[in-house]
Amino acid sequence: MSTAATNLPASPDANPPQRPPMDFNTSHARWNDRLRNGVNYLISGAAILATVIVIIPLIAILVYLLYKGASSLNVDFFTKIPAPVGEPGGGMANSIVGSGIILALSSAMGIPIGIAAGVYLAEYGRGRFLGNAVRFTADVLNGVPSIVMGIAIYALIVMQQKHFSAFAGGVALAIMMIPTITRTTEEMLATVPHSIREAALGLGVPRWRTTLSVALRTASPGIITGCMLAFARVAGETAPLLFTALGNQFWSVSLNQPIAALPLQIYLYAESPYDEWHRLAWAGALVLIVMIMVSVTLVRIFANRGALKGGN
Amino acid sequence: MTANDALDRPDNIPSQQPLTHFVSESPVLPATPSPEPSPIRNFLNSRGSGKLADQSFAGLMLLCACSIFAIVIFIAWILILRSKLTLAQFGFSFFTSSSWDPVSGQFGALPFIFGTLVTSFLALLMAVPLALGVAIFLTELCPRGLRAPISFVTELLAAIPSVVYGLWAIFVLVPIVRDNLGPFLAQYLGWTGLFGGMNVGVGMLTAGIILAIMILPIISSITRDIMLAVPNAQREAVLALGATRWEMIRTGVLRNARIGIVGAVILGLGRALGETMAVTMVIGNSPTISKSLLAPGYTLASVIANEFAEASGDLYTSALIEIGLALFLVTIVVNAVARLLVWAVTRGAPGRVS
Repeated sequence: MSTAATNLPASPDANPPQRPPMDFNTSHARWNDRLRNGVNYLISGAAILATVIVIIPLIAILVYLLYKGASSLNVDFFTKIPAPVGEPGGGMANSIVGSGIILALSSAMGIPIGIAAGVYLAEYGRGRFLGNAVRFTADVLNGVPSIVMGIAIYALIVMQQKHFSAFAGGVALAIMMIPTITRTTEEMLATVPHSIREAALGLGVPRWRTTLSVALRTASPGIITGCMLAFARVAGETAPLLFTALGNQFWSVSLNQPIAALPLQIYLYAESPYDEWHRLAWAGALVLIVMIMVSVTLVRIFANRGALKGGN
Repeated sequence: MTANDALDRPDNIPSQQPLTHFVSESPVLPATPSPEPSPIRNFLNSRGSGKLADQSFAGLMLLCACSIFAIVIFIAWILILRSKLTLAQFGFSFFTSSSWDPVSGQFGALPFIFGTLVTSFLALLMAVPLALGVAIFLTELCPRGLRAPISFVTELLAAIPSVVYGLWAIFVLVPIVRDNLGPFLAQYLGWTGLFGGMNVGVGMLTAGIILAIMILPIISSITRDIMLAVPNAQREAVLALGATRWEMIRTGVLRNARIGIVGAVILGLGRALGETMAVTMVIGNSPTISKSLLAPGYTLASVIANEFAEASGDLYTSALIEIGLALFLVTIVVNAVARLLVWAVTRGAPGRVS
């Protein structure tokens, strides 16, 4: 190294002959540059255009929904049950209550099982074959079409009981909630630092208490987020309820009877040929969307709080 | 066990040894364990510190995890059980016969398979380029302040229920296709033969458009996550060689992320295959195979949704449940393949140059 450094200035004649400097100003090079820059701008423009095109239908749907739905909403909508064909008025009070009952039922079944399965994946099944298999199955179950859940629960519960019921609808939605909740719980538990668990174990806290009171509690904002997302997803599901909860034009709060649900009622009214029913369908859709948006917004608040906690 | 012994004898603390003693004598242990556990151990056991509580908790969690297996197996089992009738009577010809005539007991699923494939393909054709554009914009071009709102808006698109999309499609999209898009396509692309026939607005094209809007958020958000997983060093290396921004995206990002992007597209396909309500509301529901995209059709999911409630007779019900079984198996395979591809990118060694 040092010899080379000392040799270089000593023998300037030994340097190889210099290549002529490259000419970047030929017409070909200029054209090539222009082409590359042009393609760059073209693609950037296309990406921006694509984003705009994607946002347009969302805004179109929301604005149209707000316009159509808000003009049809009134007090009757929230207090009356559907009117027979030809009679004006009527509302969806029974559907709103029915949706609430079905969702409460499915949350009561789906959330504990989903969280427990997530705890298994994060705390016990890490790196094990069984853990990987459960994780993979949960992901695959997440992609199974909702209508398939509907007929599976029909074949399982409705065919046995010989009648449609709110309970069957709740089970169908619970099964759809489980994989989402499981995977979010696992991911959230994985972000809890090991030192916190070790600190608890070091104080003599048994492992199950450590998991429940330390790991789960630390991850709780994220897990609540996951549960709300799963809830928001199944709240608008129609297909699994078609042959399980069936829908009902009258008041019913019995778990053993067919029950009305908001998405089912919207579907029924949208397919009908009556203008009055179309109006109610729009109002129902607006109420449904507002319900879901409120939960998504809650999710955002919880998620932000979780991010703050994770920063410490 | 030794820890327990130490707890049982809390006063037996070894005295401090001089540092020169490298080999210390083992403490003298009592020959027989004390017949009664210490108060400390009793206290801990009463608080659930025993082995039993830990093992039963782990068992309970395992049980819930295994219930996910049980659900998948149970769905498959009950669908096979309830579709035995048509499985035995028609065999594989169920999927190759194109006559669907419940009145005379003829059941063939080919028109539904055709409709499902055509609408899903149309949806992918429209959604994939747009989703890629959105993902590229969000990860590479977007100003930092705009990133979160646009992601939020596209996620909002995923939160709208299927039945609301259907409602919107009936009253907004169908008139547009009937009065504007359909005649336009028939005029300029009529020579392909894909846009002939009567145009009433409902049909496979309308179903494809609404499906594209619905699967866009899934594809774009997964593609975005995968592109974010490409290490920045890749981008910097390509830029340092004098590449333009698009050349950097193409060679540095898209080439590394391509397997994952294919996975995201297949996930979108899985969603499109099984989407029910919105499609049922705008596809026209007619079990025919026609060349024109403006003609009404039927999909596997929409025939179940539309006809299951009025299916009379065991054979009819069994045929519809067999369609559900086919849909279940197909989406399981599609999702499994897609998940494996996405995992290969986001979990494996990132940024492999090939």
